[in-house]
Amino acid sequence: MNTPSIFDTRIATLALAGLNGAVWGLVVSILVGSGLALLTGLELRPLLGPSMVAGIGCGVVHAGLRRDDFGWRTVPSLASAGVFVVLVLALSLGRPYAVMMGDGLLIWLIALGLATLCTQWAIMASQHPIRFGAMNRFRRERAMMLSLRAFGFVFFGAIVVLPLYVMVMTSLKTQQALLANPLNLFPSFEDGLLEPFRSYIELFQVYDFGRYIWNSALISVATVVITLLFAVPGSYAVSRLNFPGRSTLSRSILMIYLVPAIVLVIPLYAIFAKLGLRDSLWGLLVVYPATTLPVALYMLQGYFRGVPAELEEAGLMDGCSRLRVIWSITLPLSVPALASVSLYVFMIAWNEFLFAFMFLDDPKMFTLSRGVVSLDSSEVPRQHLMAGAVVSTVPIVVIFLWAERFMVQGLTSGGVKG
Amino acid sequence: MTVAQPSAGDTPLVHKPGRLSRRESRLAFGMTLPSVFMVMAIVLFPLLATFWISVKPIELADLRAPEVRAREQVRGDATAAGDEIILRYKLRNSSRDKEVLSVRLSDVVPAGLTPSGLDARCQLAVDRVLSCDLGDFEPGQSETLDIPVQASQGFIDNPVNAKDSDVSVSGSSVNPLLTTELTLDNFRRVFAVREFGTVLWTTFVYTIGGTAGALILGLFAALLLNQSFAGRAVFRGFLLYPFVAPVIAAAFTWVVLLDPFSGSLNALLMQMGAVDAPINFFGVRSVDVQIFGLTVPVPMALSVVIAFEAWRYFPLSFLFILARMQSIPQDMYEAADMDGASPFQKFWALSLPQLVGIMAVLFLLRFIWTFNKFDDIFLLTGGNAGTRTLTVQVYEQAFALSNLGAGAAVAVLVFVLLAVFATIYFRAMPEEEGL
Repeated sequence: MNTPSIFDTRIATLALAGLNGAVWGLVVSILVGSGLALLTGLELRPLLGPSMVAGIGCGVVHAGLRRDDFGWRTVPSLASAGVFVVLVLALSLGRPYAVMMGDGLLIWLIALGLATLCTQWAIMASQHPIRFGAMNRFRRERAMMLSLRAFGFVFFGAIVVLPLYVMVMTSLKTQQALLANPLNLFPSFEDGLLEPFRSYIELFQVYDFGRYIWNSALISVATVVITLLFAVPGSYAVSRLNFPGRSTLSRSILMIYLVPAIVLVIPLYAIFAKLGLRDSLWGLLVVYPATTLPVALYMLQGYFRGVPAELEEAGLMDGCSRLRVIWSITLPLSVPALASVSLYVFMIAWNEFLFAFMFLDDPKMFTLSRGVVSLDSSEVPRQHLMAGAVVSTVPIVVIFLWAERFMVQGLTSGGVKG
Repeated sequence: MTVAQPSAGDTPLVHKPGRLSRRESRLAFGMTLPSVFMVMAIVLFPLLATFWISVKPIELADLRAPEVRAREQVRGDATAAGDEIILRYKLRNSSRDKEVLSVRLSDVVPAGLTPSGLDARCQLAVDRVLSCDLGDFEPGQSETLDIPVQASQGFIDNPVNAKDSDVSVSGSSVNPLLTTELTLDNFRRVFAVREFGTVLWTTFVYTIGGTAGALILGLFAALLLNQSFAGRAVFRGFLLYPFVAPVIAAAFTWVVLLDPFSGSLNALLMQMGAVDAPINFFGVRSVDVQIFGLTVPVPMALSVVIAFEAWRYFPLSFLFILARMQSIPQDMYEAADMDGASPFQKFWALSLPQLVGIMAVLFLLRFIWTFNKFDDIFLLTGGNAGTRTLTVQVYEQAFALSNLGAGAAVAVLVFVLLAVFATIYFRAMPEEEGL
């Protein structure tokens, strides 16, 4: 390696740093501008041009001064931040983010400070492998890699946080307030401390969401129990016992698992309508376990295969029956797998939408999914819909946080479904 | 997938005699039977029924059985005990196109009235229950049944309103699902229209775009998380949110966020000067974008729906790819470091070849699931603005247009295509990826 490359010249190094600076100048100004706007509701408009040029300046100065390792508080690393501040103020005529110093000194300072800090941090984090005048391919690519990595964190952070933030905040704001200023997501406490939570209160008082939570919980837990009752013996037999047709059965599990609900919904609708199972939770209690059964069988048979057969054989030699062996040897060893399967099945049942939507018409029988969809009408204010979304999300997120290990395990072993 | 091949643990320690192995088989059948039965009843049977319905001329309204309705009234004035008046039943087949067979009326004759002459088709039981066999009713047919009755003094003093008691009418009708009337009209209606090509095209663009998007985002996320840093576990859990959240919450959040009037994203874009007017992300079929002077139509709603798909399902690909990455032996990278390989070289020459297998499997698997997806598009756009995929078309035909047969015809196509993809998946899947 280390063949002198045109990309390793000083000019090329500065160009790379300039490009990096330009990207970060833009990214940071968009992020700080929209972030502060969404958090404070103030009219902040990031000036992209000045931010980009200031970013270039910052990157170039940082790279140009970086001949050797130096730390965070030393003069050369602060010089690039200084260049950024000077450039952005000069080019935006003293009003980055379109806020004058006089409009609100505090927000002006916060926006400028935050932008400087973030740009400087990103440049330092991504350009620290750079040695001006002593570049090589490794250093160059490392810098690019670090820059991409920092961008990755910002990107994934943004695409997860933004919807989450918007969901929670819009449930606390009226539609009129949102129409007036869609950027001001901060709840208004002017009419009383409880006013923003009115949508939640009405959800439970007017729209009967307490009942929906109960229905959903009941259905989901019952689905887990029924699925396990069927899947544990079934998957054990498929993974451990010899019987004719075993491999066919094992292979068809995944096949069946791939059949989508939408293909089944028409006949099930017709049959359930005839049998009077529509509009009852019983109908769902038949369908949910049946649709989660293949995935549970699939996950459990994989796990049972991994349980050492010697342990079971020892039990058999000691005179235990097969069922006794399953009950006192295999199942206790499989508690983590059972937990993962249970959580995964619970999640599927809790989040299920199609069957609940097709089968349930009577508001007394609604599950949460069905209840939230019923709020999606022009007669119901938007904040109620979002409050419903929050209410349906919270339990599953709480369970996730509480048992993350099992949940992730469930997602990876059952994730062939989605 | 791990196909059931007897592994080391399955071979019995002692060679079992036939009796034992028969007992094992019996036990195994007993253990698997409930599951097999359940899957047969709720998955395989409806699957076959979908094929059946797809060749039946059947509409949503046909599911409601036709019935004969009856009204009961007392005609004539009784002034003295023993006067003859008429108890009249008016019956009508409420269905305009289906007959009701062997109609049977039964009613309790109101107190104080004694039938004096009975219609030949009727009988009176001791407990005053009148029952009549009225034969078959043509579609829309109506009939009046008059029973002459003698009023008693009690009835005249205190007349009973005949409507107070319910008349029960039973009858059987042909279940339209069970007739042998077959037709190919459903397939003609669905496939021989211009729209069908668009739907098929949309389906594939959506499926490939959503799958590839989720896979690329997943790979990127896995690369980020394959290094250790403070708060890594938290960040990983955090990235799973789009997949763990209920689809209704995620979809409605996007709808609210991208709303043209009250959505924050449009407001942000406007404030930054990126757009002049708010964009109706889910309502516009396509927008013209100028690239180097060329005007290129970009499908708007479809792109956003694909973005949603990539956003919602990248956590799954991310988990699988990360798991695979962490099983790559580290000494390989150490050797590469000794040889002075650059970061990108290591990625292209070492990591990527190790990941190609899992990515291919994930692509096929995600392809199948994205192809199957209904909820997401249905909740985001309802299948409008050029986002109608085959699965949404099933719903549209069967329930929005109330033509169950046509919906089932689309569902049959969905299943046939799915079977093709699944076959490819099982053929192409390398054993060692363990999926």
